[in-house]
Amino acid sequence: MKTLVIVEHDNKVVKSATFSVLAAANTLPGDITILVAGFQCATVCDFFKENEKTKKTICVDAPAYQHLLAENVAPLVAKLAENYDYVLAPATTFGKNMLPRAAALCDCGMVSEVVEIIDPITFVHSIYAGNALETVALHEKIKFLTIRPAAFQAAVLTGTTLPIEKIEDPVLHEIPVRFVSHELSALVRPELQNARIVVSGGRGLQNKENFKLIEQLADKLGAAVGASRAAVDAGFISNDFQVGQTGKVVAPDLYIAIGISGAIQHLAGMKDSKVVVAINKDADAPIFQVADYGLVGDLFEVIPALIAALEKG
Amino acid sequence: MIFKARLVIIVLFFGEAVMKILVAVKHVVDPNIKIQVKAAGGVDTTHLKMVMNPFDEIALEEAIRLKEQKKAQEVVAVSIGGPLVQETLRHALALGADRAIFIHTDFLLSPLVVAKLLCALSKQEQPHLVMLGKQAIDSDNNQVGQMLAALLAWPQGTFISKLVVEGEEVKVTREIDGGLETLALRLPAVITTDLRLNTPRYVTLPNIVKAKQKPLATLTPAELGVEITAPRYQTLKIMPPVLRQGGIKVRSAKELIEKLKTEARVL
Repeated sequence: MKTLVIVEHDNKVVKSATFSVLAAANTLPGDITILVAGFQCATVCDFFKENEKTKKTICVDAPAYQHLLAENVAPLVAKLAENYDYVLAPATTFGKNMLPRAAALCDCGMVSEVVEIIDPITFVHSIYAGNALETVALHEKIKFLTIRPAAFQAAVLTGTTLPIEKIEDPVLHEIPVRFVSHELSALVRPELQNARIVVSGGRGLQNKENFKLIEQLADKLGAAVGASRAAVDAGFISNDFQVGQTGKVVAPDLYIAIGISGAIQHLAGMKDSKVVVAINKDADAPIFQVADYGLVGDLFEVIPALIAALEKG
Repeated sequence: MIFKARLVIIVLFFGEAVMKILVAVKHVVDPNIKIQVKAAGGVDTTHLKMVMNPFDEIALEEAIRLKEQKKAQEVVAVSIGGPLVQETLRHALALGADRAIFIHTDFLLSPLVVAKLLCALSKQEQPHLVMLGKQAIDSDNNQVGQMLAALLAWPQGTFISKLVVEGEEVKVTREIDGGLETLALRLPAVITTDLRLNTPRYVTLPNIVKAKQKPLATLTPAELGVEITAPRYQTLKIMPPVLRQGGIKVRSAKELIEKLKTEARVL
């Protein structure tokens, strides 16, 4: 048995979700090969070290892979997949975009957002916006899985650097797609999906100006900022900060939900956090039912008080 | 002379509204209903209100807007399943689709088989765009659009929040981790829609009445040349998620910080 793990990166740095995929791959039988497809991505290829079952890194360095477009990466993955039993990618927008395309090219079905691997053919993933968990047996010759990063503790790479196998790009790249531009939010705080603490704000913040209170508290805690879908829809913050079934699924050590009522689709995105704190003026808000510590109060008084208490040490 | 006239027609054809858009819509449990997982496992969906998958509704809305802006000429809605999915197709017609295609099968289909059916239909209908929601709110797979694009060997614009038609290209803005990405796709292409693309309209009573006159054709997988094989994806059980227990209430910010430091030890 052999597993191929697809690395998500920006040609310089490996995205953290990849380490959770490696952890998931370690629970499957057989050796792991790491695939880095990119352009001028030598630092990424050189990065991987031995970790339990990892044996080598395959590196494909070509201009077509600069932006990791699914149209270009999927045929490469499909071609290499023939030699593997499992192909794993993170359930990030990269993995979700690319892996189904690769699976279909191999005439294989797949399982999305795996949260648990029960045995070599049995996987658990969430359905109905996190209201139910489905256990499936996948009877495919190659098993394509996207792995929910929050569900697997990231693998730590400590061994010696893996052997690198450089291969010529075997793909013709005939699909007519062109990268135009990126508009990436400047990250001044920890990445939402691997932050130890997340402070999230909801509709209770009332407007974009007030939402800065969330950022101030986050900065005091060294935390990432998150938001409910209501806050995103109201324009307080951009969509890539959304925590929930249709946004990001997080599982930090501490999750602080402020002015968030706790719609089921939001709970689906944070319910695996170790400790949950809810601050809301409505004592009946559903968020309190999942919170380890609840504080009923006006967030416009509570947040400054929290900041003051933290400053005092 | 005749040859020249034809050329002119072709030029007009490409310069003006000619795009044909196929929109795939899934019939799902109303997202406002909290589904119940049965004690023995499994979700009971009988007697629940069913609606068009909200993400697909956004895809349909965008297609209808393109038609209203004269960028598209025809919007065709397609749905797959048992006879009840025709309700969602009638809804699509009432919203503004020109005609509907019902692919009738009583089997539970995997995303790959759905993609194969849509691929066969696309080859028959030859749309310039196939649009669908990024995921269905029941199975939450987020696979069909990407699989369809693979089978057709077309470019894909997934999770989009903006779409601009420019000649023989569509420029799409995708919602990705960390921000936005804009791609240019040469037509034909597959598009999957995210929540912020638009706000779908409501149906009006006159349009519901008018929709009854619009054509709704029925096809079978066999007629599309797609064989429904034994599923390679087998549901073993469906269980409720493990619920968190509510904890304690604290009275002040100061008490909260103390608890987080000394009791939960996360600060």
